[in-house]
Amino acid sequence: MHIMEGFLPIEHAIGWLGISAPFVVAGVIRAKRIVRERPQAKMMLAAAGAFTFMLSALKMPSVTGSCSHPTGTGLGAVVFGPAVMSVLGMIVLLFQALLLAHGGLTTLGANVFSMAIVGPWVSWGVWRLASRLGASIAIAVFLAATLGNLSTYMTTSVQLALAYPDVSSGIPGAIIKFGGVFAFTQIPLAIVEGLLTVVVMNALSGRAGKVDEIEALCGEVHR
Amino acid sequence: MNRHRSLWLMVAAAILMFLPLAIPVFQGDFEGTDGQAVEMIIQARPGYQPWFQPLWTPPSGEVESMLFAIQAALGAGFVGYVIGRRHGSSLKRNDHDGD
Repeated sequence: MHIMEGFLPIEHAIGWLGISAPFVVAGVIRAKRIVRERPQAKMMLAAAGAFTFMLSALKMPSVTGSCSHPTGTGLGAVVFGPAVMSVLGMIVLLFQALLLAHGGLTTLGANVFSMAIVGPWVSWGVWRLASRLGASIAIAVFLAATLGNLSTYMTTSVQLALAYPDVSSGIPGAIIKFGGVFAFTQIPLAIVEGLLTVVVMNALSGRAGKVDEIEALCGEVHR
Repeated sequence: MNRHRSLWLMVAAAILMFLPLAIPVFQGDFEGTDGQAVEMIIQARPGYQPWFQPLWTPPSGEVESMLFAIQAALGAGFVGYVIGRRHGSSLKRNDHDGD
């Protein structure tokens, strides 16, 4: 999902930066509030960041014969809500842009929007919906992480299509074209991310499958 | 069942990850999709030159893979540390409960 350095036209680069910036500011405010109100959540907040740090470094082979990577933003989005992930995701993307020449500074706004904003919000929405519909914690977390991952890659496809519409079929054609590269590759990897997120969530909470698992993680309940 | 659930989920994840490499049907050169997108842009807009270059690029594939490994290791290490801490504190609490 990393759009490479210099590969978005300058207007798009600035536009995505402008769209992402308020989300990141809101994320900083939210993270500060969480740490102030429940200092015991600090560790878990850092673990949520570490989880995306770890997963987004793992490029995995997929059934399409190409490689891609999970994003790991679903876990933090489920535990803390989507806002804080915009900050944690941006830190990961900055690290990769500066030290790995992966992604870039000019494309940071667009990449933050797909990985650190859309993904977490979709994860959080799916988590809320699935829980309300009576899914177990494990199923809801799995769906949240899997669909969050897929939505990140779909967002990237749309971003690239907006910048590079197909000559004959326009933006919709380009969405299908770029989506073809990302989406199929991503499906098995999204499932892997879903499975791993359930495992790590259980391990972190130490109270697998209990109703208060998530509350305990985000520090709302004193343990 | 919950005791072993994590194990089975990890086995399933590992199978999904390695299946494409083990089964010859899924052929390909396993390039990164990010790079493929770049190729598609260049195909659609021949002669496109990125207007900004990364400030620093790892000098070789080896250095790059080391940096990726460090990224994964730091992340995994810290997640493991927090899991261990939580496990330890819940063991302690159980001990006190037994007093």
